[in-house]
Amino acid sequence: MKSAVLLFPGINRETDMVAALEKTTGVKPHVVWHTETTLPKVDLVVVPGGFSYGDYLRCGAIAARSPIMADVKAKAAKGLKVIGVCNGFQIITEAGLLPGALVRNAQLKFVCKEVRLRIENNRTFFTNKMAEGAVVSCPVAHGEGNYICDPETLQELEGEGRVVFRYVEGTNPNGAMSDIAGICNAAGNVIGMMPHPENMIEALHGKRDCLPLFESLLAA
Amino acid sequence: MKAKIKVTLKNGVLDPQGKAIEGALGSLGFNGVNSVRQGKFFEVELAETDKAKAQAQLKQMCEKLIANTVIENYDIELA
Repeated sequence: MKSAVLLFPGINRETDMVAALEKTTGVKPHVVWHTETTLPKVDLVVVPGGFSYGDYLRCGAIAARSPIMADVKAKAAKGLKVIGVCNGFQIITEAGLLPGALVRNAQLKFVCKEVRLRIENNRTFFTNKMAEGAVVSCPVAHGEGNYICDPETLQELEGEGRVVFRYVEGTNPNGAMSDIAGICNAAGNVIGMMPHPENMIEALHGKRDCLPLFESLLAA
Repeated sequence: MKAKIKVTLKNGVLDPQGKAIEGALGSLGFNGVNSVRQGKFFEVELAETDKAKAQAQLKQMCEKLIANTVIENYDIELA
């Protein structure tokens, strides 16, 4: 399982993601700077969290148009697995790899806390070691995680089982439509999520609830 | 050539910032504010001197970067 973690100016969660991937897959990921035009030969690309370009214009908007993203888009169209976490979710959504948009949290506050996530679809490459309907703890840390899309897209996402992660009812931290915390594309090879599973995989994190997500990568 | 671009949230897209401004105006004593929607304003200077070409360029800029057409509308005004 070879992976690459993309790095843009202003990203600050890449170290945690690299550590999580190395610990769980046994292989140190490539860290790829945004000005590169070609990805190394990998099975998975992860776009980590942070504040790329200081969230200028819109969260993820500028990073989504950087040189490396053209190759990510081209290879994702051919089946390359892509995960975007937090700012990474915003970046891949701005890049058009996932439908909809992430806007300002409904209550206007940056939220940094632990939420309860339900695994709504355990047939993806990032959830296959989880039971469907399982509930896990996972931290969130974002100001713009309020997922929105048009009603047709929402119907599609729900109908096709493409809502992968949902905040447990009553714990939605940002006002996201239908409590959506994470989705995948139609082909199932691109997943975006606001919570940070890389920060809930070892004893020092307090809980290891999200370890099976990373273990799923090896089974996929 | 100078252009002014307005980017606004589409109807139906929740605007929590506009709502907060609306609330603050109310608490300042401005009664009767029915709604506030916040948007963005850009001034762009172009080397292009042909109006039609400039318009086409600006439209592309809006579609590709300046606006997220999933949630936003844009309006281009050429000086």
